[in-house]
Amino acid sequence: MPKKFTFRGGVHPPHCKSQTEHSRIEEFPAPEVAVIPLSQHLGAPAAALVEKGDRVLLGQVIGEPVGNVSATVHASVAGNVLAVRPFAHPSGRLVKAVQIENDGTDEAVPFEPVEGAWRDAARGELVNKIAECGIVGMGGAGFPTHVKLSPPSRKPIDTIIINGTECEPYLTDDHRIMIERAEDILTGAQILKKILGAKDVFFAIEDNKPEALNIIISKTVGSRYNDITVATLKSKYPQGGEKVLIMALTGRQVPAGGGLPMDVGCVVQNVSTVLAVFEAVTQGAPLYKRVVTVTGANVRSPKNLMVRIGTPARALLDACGADIRGAKKIVMGGPMMGMALSDLDVPIIKTTSALMSLTESTEAVRRYPCINCGVCSRVCPLRLIPSRMAKFVEKENFDDAVKWNLMECTECGTCAYACPAKINLVQFFRMGKNKVLANRAAEKKKAV
Amino acid sequence: MNTEASKAQAGAPGGGAAADATKAVRAFDPPFLHLSTPPHIRSSLTVSKVMLAVIAAMTPALAASVVFFGVEAALFPILVCIAAAVATECVANLILRKRQSIGDLSAIVTGILVAFNLPPALPLWMAALGSVFAIAVAKMVFGGLGGNFINPALAGRAFLVASYPAPMTSYPPTLYGSVNGLAIKAAAPDTLSDAVSSATSTSVSTPAVADSLTSAIGAAADSLADTAALAAGKLAAAASSVADTVSAAAASATSAIDAVSSATPLYVIKHVFAANAYRPGDFSPALKDLFFGNVGGCIGETSALALLIGGIFLISIRAIDFRIPFAYIFTVFTLFWLANGTGAFFTVESLIAPTFHILAGGLFLGAFFMATDPVTSPITPMGRLLFGIGCGALTFTIRKYGGYPEGVSFSILLMNLVAPLIDRCTRPKIYGEVKKHG
Repeated sequence: MPKKFTFRGGVHPPHCKSQTEHSRIEEFPAPEVAVIPLSQHLGAPAAALVEKGDRVLLGQVIGEPVGNVSATVHASVAGNVLAVRPFAHPSGRLVKAVQIENDGTDEAVPFEPVEGAWRDAARGELVNKIAECGIVGMGGAGFPTHVKLSPPSRKPIDTIIINGTECEPYLTDDHRIMIERAEDILTGAQILKKILGAKDVFFAIEDNKPEALNIIISKTVGSRYNDITVATLKSKYPQGGEKVLIMALTGRQVPAGGGLPMDVGCVVQNVSTVLAVFEAVTQGAPLYKRVVTVTGANVRSPKNLMVRIGTPARALLDACGADIRGAKKIVMGGPMMGMALSDLDVPIIKTTSALMSLTESTEAVRRYPCINCGVCSRVCPLRLIPSRMAKFVEKENFDDAVKWNLMECTECGTCAYACPAKINLVQFFRMGKNKVLANRAAEKKKAV
Repeated sequence: MNTEASKAQAGAPGGGAAADATKAVRAFDPPFLHLSTPPHIRSSLTVSKVMLAVIAAMTPALAASVVFFGVEAALFPILVCIAAAVATECVANLILRKRQSIGDLSAIVTGILVAFNLPPALPLWMAALGSVFAIAVAKMVFGGLGGNFINPALAGRAFLVASYPAPMTSYPPTLYGSVNGLAIKAAAPDTLSDAVSSATSTSVSTPAVADSLTSAIGAAADSLADTAALAAGKLAAAASSVADTVSAAAASATSAIDAVSSATPLYVIKHVFAANAYRPGDFSPALKDLFFGNVGGCIGETSALALLIGGIFLISIRAIDFRIPFAYIFTVFTLFWLANGTGAFFTVESLIAPTFHILAGGLFLGAFFMATDPVTSPITPMGRLLFGIGCGALTFTIRKYGGYPEGVSFSILLMNLVAPLIDRCTRPKIYGEVKKHG
């Protein structure tokens, strides 16, 4: 057995993947009406390029990036624009979106792959293609991929990590594409390697996905992909967290205080993103659809579906026979970091990895006062002391909260999962961070 | 709560006769669904389960106490303390109009720990009073579980020691007639202080109620006068404590249990050391009794073995951090090894005094079950080490130089007070907290 990589801390939530891990990805019909938010990524929302009444084609650019960190947005169906206005967004806010009535033709703009073989293309050309195709981190954070792939020259990248850990319970979308699209992902990884000029490429997979592991290993050993090293990781949450993964595989630590993986010569890309890079470069396909796992204890036929961006969540739940009445929570994303939905008409976006119906609510659990037991700090992958940070935030003592590294928290939820007192630690951290950022902004204003 | 109720109402009848089910669901969407920040799943670990584990870990010591002191002298006080603790918490919640919290089981833990810190056969009303004080004053006044700054059980003990010094320091022998496991006569009585020698003679002879009563009163009075005066720093206290002792001894006599003075193992070794009469050979035979528990002392502290089993259980399930008990016991052992009384350090004899000191008294009870109380100890790993070392150093100081033969409870109480400070000074290095551009 090869060495298994891991990190210190973490938790072992039940995997809950058996419902869908063997379900082949099925094409889900395009929605009658698609609502495509102009913000599906980290950074500035895209600017709308279309107006009510315009006819758009599948794959047409409908939003262009604004500023350095932003992403292009494409139409996922062909048809008439019904409205460009704020719509309910998975984040719970109202976000400007383009509503398109699908005319059923799927008439598409021509997809233009990179000219010639990608191996002969210039780096800049490849990055431009990725930017044009609107590719963002599909693991959940939605960081624009072309930005990640354009590090400043003083920060050379020597290691690329392809993140196939999928440590969140229930999710199987990454698992399935690793099985069904292994070669395409490996090619995508080589494209990234070429762009960044990296020395090492690690393909990280948790050991609870033996099927995916076997396929990726067999495809890399002694083949043209043999420059990619498969790294087996212990199944533990949050093994796939960017900082955690870098530490587990390379021993390097991303500097605290706003450091980025590129500061330690690393770039981490989720497998779905790598697949999107492959499709962008070799087929010129924009990111207008993605795989979504629809699952939950009360979902009659859980599935992995290839879904157009902009499809309402309700359509997927209905199609898979989810008993919405029996659900306590509908969550978009994984149960550890995903968003509880208040409105089932929110659209699937580029970062939506799953849609799940949960029959048990964390709101129903009995809460206790903090007994300072230290479980939260034992499991924290970043070795923070969550209970103290939460107490400082609760007392609105933000200075001390920041001193105890509030701003370093990645909100992975490990502490809150493990807490025997069932304290909503992540909620405190989000509240505290927002407050700190607001205070800082206010101070800046005053200074000016 | 309301959401759930409305859901049940809407869900039950709607299930079968749902002519327009989709519409109904649509209309009721918002109240149907719970909203919250992630994570949306939680581990099954709860505070109640942690407390239950602690209770389970205390059962070997509880069993040992019944084996060595009997049902009446050990089990009754334990049950009374549990009942008083739970009742006090229940009433306090009612008075303070707080949500009932006895379900978290922490009151039961405190009740057992209060009893564990009492001498066997203490009048039951005193035992109950200790529990009431522990819960009402040390815990509920500060906001209940998680709010207290000192260990409630130890606060209860300190209250009783201050209020009823005599009964709180008179330890009956075990059911098998052992007071301190020592062959005291070999320890040259003339070199010992009066209190010890008189205690010795009572304890070694088979106790008979008529006989022992008089000598017990005398011995207890002596030792009490000694301790109380040292502790309070005023001799005037002696008079009143004698009076207390008399009444207490009388009380215990009526309950037909022998009251014998506090010639606990630690008391003897302290005075032997003070008199420069320490010979390792006198003390080595006692180690076995100390380990298994056939010695006088507080209810819960009698068997080091039973406490060790419970402690290792708690460490293995990670309910407590090994750092505190390890640092605590290691520190006590090391300091007493450095002052081991033989003048040598690398002999078997040099290990007898430190071994005696870690097995005797309440060290294991304190180290595994009270210093580890998470509420009143630091949370940082380094802080927990320092906390254990501090407890150990204070225990050594009190046992060696202080007025009391035993110092575990006061050491922990004192360290409880500095726990927040220790936390402040020991923030651990986090991920990525390294030199930048390094």
